[in-house]
Amino acid sequence: MSDARARILADVRAALRRTEPLPPSVARGLEQRVAAPQANVQPAVDGDVVERFVAKMTAVNGLVTRLPDRSGISAALEAHCERHHVPTDIVVAPDPALDDIAWSNRFSIERRAARGEDRLSVTGAYAGIAETGTLVLLSGPESPTSLNFLPDDHVVVLDARRVVRHIEDAWATLRSERRTMPRTVNLITGPSKTGDIEQKIHEGAHGPRRLHVLLIG
Amino acid sequence: MSGPAPRSRDFERRAYVEIHNPNLQEAMGLAKQGFVGKRASAVAAVPEWEQLRAAGREIKEHTLAHLDWYLERFEAKVRENGGHVHWASTAEEACRIVVDLCRAAGARRVTKGKSMVAEEIGLNEALADAGLERVETDLGEYIIQLADEPPSHIIAPAVHKTKDQVSDLFHRHHRQYGLTERQTEGPALVAEAREVLREKFLTADVGITGANFLVAETGSTVIVTNEGNGDLTNTLPRVHIVTAGIEKVIPTLDDTATILRLLARSATGQEMSVYTTFSTGPRRASDLDGPSEMHVVLIDNGRSQMLGNEFHHMLRCIRCGACMNHCPVYTAVGGHTYGWVYVGPMGSVLTPLMIGIEDSGHLPNACTMNGRCAEVCPMQIPLPDLLRVHRERQHASRLDAPRARMMLRAWAFLARRPALYRRVVDLGARALAMLGRRRGRLRWLPLAGGWTGSRDLPAPQGETFTRAWRAGRRPR
Ligand code: SF4
Repeated sequence: MSDARARILADVRAALRRTEPLPPSVARGLEQRVAAPQANVQPAVDGDVVERFVAKMTAVNGLVTRLPDRSGISAALEAHCERHHVPTDIVVAPDPALDDIAWSNRFSIERRAARGEDRLSVTGAYAGIAETGTLVLLSGPESPTSLNFLPDDHVVVLDARRVVRHIEDAWATLRSERRTMPRTVNLITGPSKTGDIEQKIHEGAHGPRRLHVLLIG
Repeated sequence: MSGPAPRSRDFERRAYVEIHNPNLQEAMGLAKQGFVGKRASAVAAVPEWEQLRAAGREIKEHTLAHLDWYLERFEAKVRENGGHVHWASTAEEACRIVVDLCRAAGARRVTKGKSMVAEEIGLNEALADAGLERVETDLGEYIIQLADEPPSHIIAPAVHKTKDQVSDLFHRHHRQYGLTERQTEGPALVAEAREVLREKFLTADVGITGANFLVAETGSTVIVTNEGNGDLTNTLPRVHIVTAGIEKVIPTLDDTATILRLLARSATGQEMSVYTTFSTGPRRASDLDGPSEMHVVLIDNGRSQMLGNEFHHMLRCIRCGACMNHCPVYTAVGGHTYGWVYVGPMGSVLTPLMIGIEDSGHLPNACTMNGRCAEVCPMQIPLPDLLRVHRERQHASRLDAPRARMMLRAWAFLARRPALYRRVVDLGARALAMLGRRRGRLRWLPLAGGWTGSRDLPAPQGETFTRAWRAGRRPR
């Protein structure tokens, strides 16, 4: 253990009028607070969560296309490439959940992490949050994080049944479905933007210029 | 304490210069309108705002009251996930740790996300001294790196620059990449920076970010950005280093949700910033990307000394910038006038604690006590009260201005003698009323030339409040 560590902890304790670590009885209470987290006050989110998600994501200039089922994914992507003049060499996350997409033969597809020159990526999403129109993306062998940031266009396939009401609901789902946190959890609310030049908002600062959610179901 | 050399003694002269600087005034005018209006509508849209503020305060107070336990819990979780935790008491220690980690990684190029604590400890100078190429990746930070200036706002570091000044900077510095045309439009400038920085992201050896939160539940460090620069910084290089003050720890992911609701609305008027990212340890064995090493440097640098007294309130600060956006002094004189890393009301509280009141005596006095900062502070920090504590300490240790001391002594003498006080005030009011009889206001006053230099004093109507009160003419 380093000197600095001991010194900082001693200084913190001295400031809190203690010399020792917390007594076990108090520490147990804290451990409980951390092990069984409780939501604090939450803003009311009324009505249909999927509609709210769509409205919020659209309000921050995210594109949303609702599809009744997964058979429409390829056509929706073709339309995207045409409208925004994006080449059809695309990178698709090596996610087994995306294996079933029947791609049109116009696309040339690679399944891997992103490289600097990639123009468009397609990934899945772990969840959507209705409160703020936010996507939850987890890193893993099937969903490399670089795909969320390097390409100009990021297309996300989201199952409407995965849209939850509040941020805390996404955490609850994550805790119940996974044993540990993945290396990276990205909460993404719209395309990349900056206000650093005279406070005017410009999109496509470093991350994707366009974020397009294909909402299934 | 240490970090970058302070220039806060120069406040008065600097303020005078900046008030007459047309570029600064133009840039600050735009900023003020933008920030204040956007925050107001974002806050008005949340009926639960005051409850959220109370909850945010409660979370931080709870954590600070058990800070040692939460720091150790956080550390254990980072280690469990394969990350490393380093502790630094001082700015020098923190810089040494980061530089050593960069050296051990054989690094040459280091990308950096925006981090106020990195500014506070003087990390930029330390990296330069170690011969490392540092690339700021937040657009605002990148602009001021090119200009070789410190940040002038904690979330919008280049807020003092006009678009024209940015055009000039890019034109001058981007020639070396073959970009010779002078761009003048916002989108073209953003696109140019994106192009130049893309190459740096892809070739950096180490990425350094700050942290908005450290989560004890999971051992995650959290960054909040709009550009995505922080994410390219913490995903692409082989080594990710996080610099964070020890007050950043909070208990759970649910607690981050509460404070996130306060942060973006207060900072930029957004409901959520575009990217909120939780990093937990290095990449996992089968991951296809992400850093192979992750280090968190926990920095005290004076924080533990604030914990046991009235300044502990300041440790709740989430660096949203709302207090400065609403401060009449800050928006008039700009961030550089403050002469150190932290600016505006929060800076005037923090700077004297970090560099000493001897070097920063003007700051707690550069305040009109209008209270706006405390009203808008999402963490309910009583900023004017804390400034007053500084002033009191200054007075007690005879560090305030001699003339102010003299006036205060005279006032105290009178205030303890009510009969005399009334007579003197009465006399004063009549004299002023007579002096200002013709115009109804005064253009000059003895001993207050500074005040009347830029505005008139309305002349009193010849009677004091106490006298009117006694005569029974009470306001209803
Ligand atoms: S003092 Fe309050 S308003 Fe100012 S930056 Fe900190 S949290 Fe924001």
